[in-house]
Amino acid sequence: MAVVTHHAYLAAEPAAATAAGSPVLSFAWLLFALPLAGAAILLLGGRRTDKWGHLLGTLLPVASFVLAVLILFDLLGRAGDARSVSVPVYEWFTVGGFSAGVDLLVDPLSISFVLLITFVGSLIHVYSIGYMAEDPGRRRFFAYLNLFVAAMLVLVLADNFVLLFLGWEGVGLASYLLIGFWQYKPSAATAAKKAFLINRVGDLGLLVAMMIMFAVLGAISFSEVFAAVPGAGDGILLAVGLLLLLGACGKSAQLPLQAWLLDAMEGPTPVSALIHAATMVTAGVYLIVRAGPIFEAAPVAQTAVVTVGAATMLAGGIIASAKDDIKKSLAGSTMSQIGMMVLAAGLGPVGYVAAIAHLITHGFFKAGLFLGAGSVMHAMNEGVDMRRYGGLAPKMPITFATFGVGYLAIIGVPLLSGWWTKESIISATFGVGGTTGLVLGSAVVLGALLTAFYMSRMVFMTFLGEPRWEEGVHPHESPANMTVPMVLLAIGSLALGAFLMLGDRFATFLAPATGAEVHHFDVAHAFTAPYGLAALVVLVLGVAVAWALYLRKPVVETAPKGNLVTVAASRELYGNEINEGLVMRPGQVLTKALVVIEDKVVDAAVNGLGAGVRDSSSGLGRAQTGFARSYALTMLFGAVIVAATLAVRL
Amino acid sequence: MIPWLTIAIALPAIGAVAVWALSRSRTPAADTAQTNRAEAAAGGGTDTITRVRPAQRSASAGAENAKRAAFGFSLATLAVVVAMALRFDTGASGLQFEQTHDWIPRFGVHYAVGVDGIALVLILLSAVLVPLVMLAAWREHEDRQDGGAGYFALILALQAMMVGVFAAADVFLFYVFFEAMLIPVYFMIGRYGRGEQRARAAVKFLLYSLAGGLIMLVAVIGVYVAGGTFLWTELTGSGGALAGIDTELAVWLFLGFFIAFAIKAPMWPVHTWLPDAAQASRPGTAVLLVGVLDKVGTYGMLRYCLELFPSAVSAFVWPVVALSLVSIVYGAILAIGQNDMMRLVAYTSVSHFGFITLGIFALTEQAQAGAALYMVNHGFATGALFLVVGFLVSRRGSAEIADYGGVQKVAPVLAGAFLVAGLAGLGLPGLAPFVSEFLVLIGAYAFSPVAAVIAVLGVVLAALYVLWMYQRTMTGPTPERLSGLKDLNVREKWAVGPLLALLIVFGLYPQPMLDAIDPAVERTVQIGTADAPAADGATAEEGGRE
Repeated sequence: MAVVTHHAYLAAEPAAATAAGSPVLSFAWLLFALPLAGAAILLLGGRRTDKWGHLLGTLLPVASFVLAVLILFDLLGRAGDARSVSVPVYEWFTVGGFSAGVDLLVDPLSISFVLLITFVGSLIHVYSIGYMAEDPGRRRFFAYLNLFVAAMLVLVLADNFVLLFLGWEGVGLASYLLIGFWQYKPSAATAAKKAFLINRVGDLGLLVAMMIMFAVLGAISFSEVFAAVPGAGDGILLAVGLLLLLGACGKSAQLPLQAWLLDAMEGPTPVSALIHAATMVTAGVYLIVRAGPIFEAAPVAQTAVVTVGAATMLAGGIIASAKDDIKKSLAGSTMSQIGMMVLAAGLGPVGYVAAIAHLITHGFFKAGLFLGAGSVMHAMNEGVDMRRYGGLAPKMPITFATFGVGYLAIIGVPLLSGWWTKESIISATFGVGGTTGLVLGSAVVLGALLTAFYMSRMVFMTFLGEPRWEEGVHPHESPANMTVPMVLLAIGSLALGAFLMLGDRFATFLAPATGAEVHHFDVAHAFTAPYGLAALVVLVLGVAVAWALYLRKPVVETAPKGNLVTVAASRELYGNEINEGLVMRPGQVLTKALVVIEDKVVDAAVNGLGAGVRDSSSGLGRAQTGFARSYALTMLFGAVIVAATLAVRL
Repeated sequence: MIPWLTIAIALPAIGAVAVWALSRSRTPAADTAQTNRAEAAAGGGTDTITRVRPAQRSASAGAENAKRAAFGFSLATLAVVVAMALRFDTGASGLQFEQTHDWIPRFGVHYAVGVDGIALVLILLSAVLVPLVMLAAWREHEDRQDGGAGYFALILALQAMMVGVFAAADVFLFYVFFEAMLIPVYFMIGRYGRGEQRARAAVKFLLYSLAGGLIMLVAVIGVYVAGGTFLWTELTGSGGALAGIDTELAVWLFLGFFIAFAIKAPMWPVHTWLPDAAQASRPGTAVLLVGVLDKVGTYGMLRYCLELFPSAVSAFVWPVVALSLVSIVYGAILAIGQNDMMRLVAYTSVSHFGFITLGIFALTEQAQAGAALYMVNHGFATGALFLVVGFLVSRRGSAEIADYGGVQKVAPVLAGAFLVAGLAGLGLPGLAPFVSEFLVLIGAYAFSPVAAVIAVLGVVLAALYVLWMYQRTMTGPTPERLSGLKDLNVREKWAVGPLLALLIVFGLYPQPMLDAIDPAVERTVQIGTADAPAADGATAEEGGRE
């Protein structure tokens, strides 16, 4: 496998050393400091900020977005290979040869993420003003949202792995707080803890990877680590690669650390939009692309990445096809789509552009779909069972229209955003060539088929067909502060893909930062090539099957018993059962055993040793507690008095 | 030159005597309080006590004044220590603010004090914690005859000894402080403690500590026999009095000190006194016991075991690292299995102390600096956690996890403080303990990858014991009996708030503390690796520094 050495920030390091002379870039730290300040003000300000807290909390991410746009223009004003800028802020901690700084790296890759996070994040904030209007904890909710955005921005802006880890765990904390936002519900509290714990298992991978980097490669900053890659042993690079993959699996809900994502639906719906579109799950893809030089030098690790991505893509699609809960079905869809991105990122430079481009367009339509789902839930008295939806289109025209656009984009209807980026992934996968390319490419096409099926099923069950509403449900359209963000996201779902891919605009922008290979996106070819045609065929097929099963004949209100396959799919392929059997129950047994051993063996042995010494020396037998106390105290006082006497004699 | 350290020892000592005297000055009003208490006891139940409390408050004005005086002394000590710290020269590696006077010339015993960066930050830690502990404990013993003033006097006495034990630059003086500290703690647990088991727990604590102390006494005398002096500066270093001693003797003396320190630290398997002591302690006692006193153990390993007997170090590296790893994992799993919050936090400390001893004996600069920093950060984090648990205990009279649930709904500030302290304990980046834990881990990896990877398990288990405790106490539906639970009052916010602020400040900007610690660590790392043939550590260190 070819080792790509031309990473711009390595080659052009002297030129890219500082942000001096660029006033906008030297304020890059404000990108995350603004929402962080928002979180601090809202949490410490308490009830005093109840009245305007949500407004401040919305304003600050918007300000970050404005700053990000200014920084983008600053970068665009530079030559292609001078667009990687280090922005040191301050020294975090330094001991001996180890140094971790709060240093930022502004380059095309990080700014792409920053723009996605702040733009989609801001829209979700606006939507939440309306969605959480009745919730007594709305201020706290906005504080956590701000924290989430700030942590994610630290993650993508960090210039070294330790600062990245700060953002990484910060994201874990924010998701914990938000998933468990309604923590008076035991299910929400459990889901929050589960998400944090599974993420911690992934974080373990990052921690050990950093230890190896420092011990073997001698550094933890991106540029130094990547510069040391060519001289490192294969075994080391493989280990680091696999450990980083473990971290990515935790955050991005990839197999085998996927089990938290569906439970994470316990949080308020805007949280789901934030986790699935703008933050959190995208972090794994970011890490794999950012650490590209390591993966590119460790082909076996790359194979692992591709395998994990492909398996998760299919597993997520299968789960999404079987869930009747609209949010859980969307969550399965996220697993599947992120899996597709991970797969593309694992291909190396040929796949980076496709992976990140799909991540961005997916951010728009998945956020739109979740906000639409939230709007539907509001209309249905917070019900989530699609079997009790149906016929909502006329009642909620804006929600239907925006959800519909997101639907058409995600299934890859030609010329909508999702088509461009998914087509890029399919083309890059087949482009690998040989059996590998054929197998992976077919897997992605199969993933596309599942997407077309489960998304059609969702739209048919929710908006079309006969109403199957529960009693007392009176659907209504949501207020403007909820629908306007949905409309803006729908516009992105329509046009963003074309904007990024036409003229290879995004590929040219991203290439210098990541060493990505620029492949010309040939529109005509995408329709005529075999893989393009295959994608169109599975699109029609998926919609048709869903139509036959969920629109042509009426949907039953209670879920059928199902067969072996559908039951397994609706139980999330037994992911939870596997975790419980392999980890949780043995852990419980071990804990109980150790508690007994502590009491009966360790404590008793040490006490017995003490008693034994005392017995043999004094021959007084087991002393009463009162005796032992006076004995000990006398001895102690004696020692002190002797010392004092000596002191007086001096 | 101002004798800073002597002032920092004398001030709380004088305060202790003054407060004790004030608390003894009986007023007729105090007797009324006593009668009230008797009535309350007859009436039974906490409600009655709450009702008579206003009467007591006016009655025990003497106690109130004594407590105010104690608080004043603790603040004055803090001011002295901070002023001293600002004058500390972070460029020098030896002892500073040194004072040496003959005490018992015949035996070469001196009153000798002096601090390096590690001792300095530990003294700072104790000076910060004492006033906060007092604030938190202000209303705790109001139903006692002395209104709790005696408890405050004991805290001040303990503070004097805590400063003394870290400042001592004479091995015998260190031993005296080391043993004398037991007295106030014994009474703080046995007399002012919590629950029926407190007398038993206090004795267990005393016996364990005395057993260790006696073994250490033998080693202390051995040091004098071998070296001819007790003065730390004359004993250590390549030209020191102990430089040429026989390795076998060094190993035995090392062991003598180490056993005492391992009991104090507390290290597996001699840790079992700690959960009992913590459970029987008032939260304030637990803060000082686990937050500061136990650090004397790890500080002693660094200062006395390593620096007095460098030739013995290599014999102990692997056994101690192994015990540290057992402590990390075992302590964490035991913490998961606890039903009592005080015991739970005590077991988390067993796990955290495993990280500290691992860092010390990994013998790399990052690991030892991390270990020294860990001692301070653990004091802040665990201190905060004990205080918040204490606020719960003071409301419901129970530390049982099962007695709580849904507290977040009725007391959000309390729950928030609990969560921040817990997150610090699980090593969340951005809060202080992460920096030290991370430094220990990367330093330990350079020493032994296997050891570091086992230690990382502790990080995952920490998430489980913290978040599960939070889930069981703070989340879920609020039971009827807790619906009236009050959120933190102003005094309680001022007790725990500064600790949470310090956790954030030192999480984002730990460098000032590391600058103070690092020169001292460079010295001990050199001793540990240069004189002893700890080849693993030496080469790994170079590998890490390239």
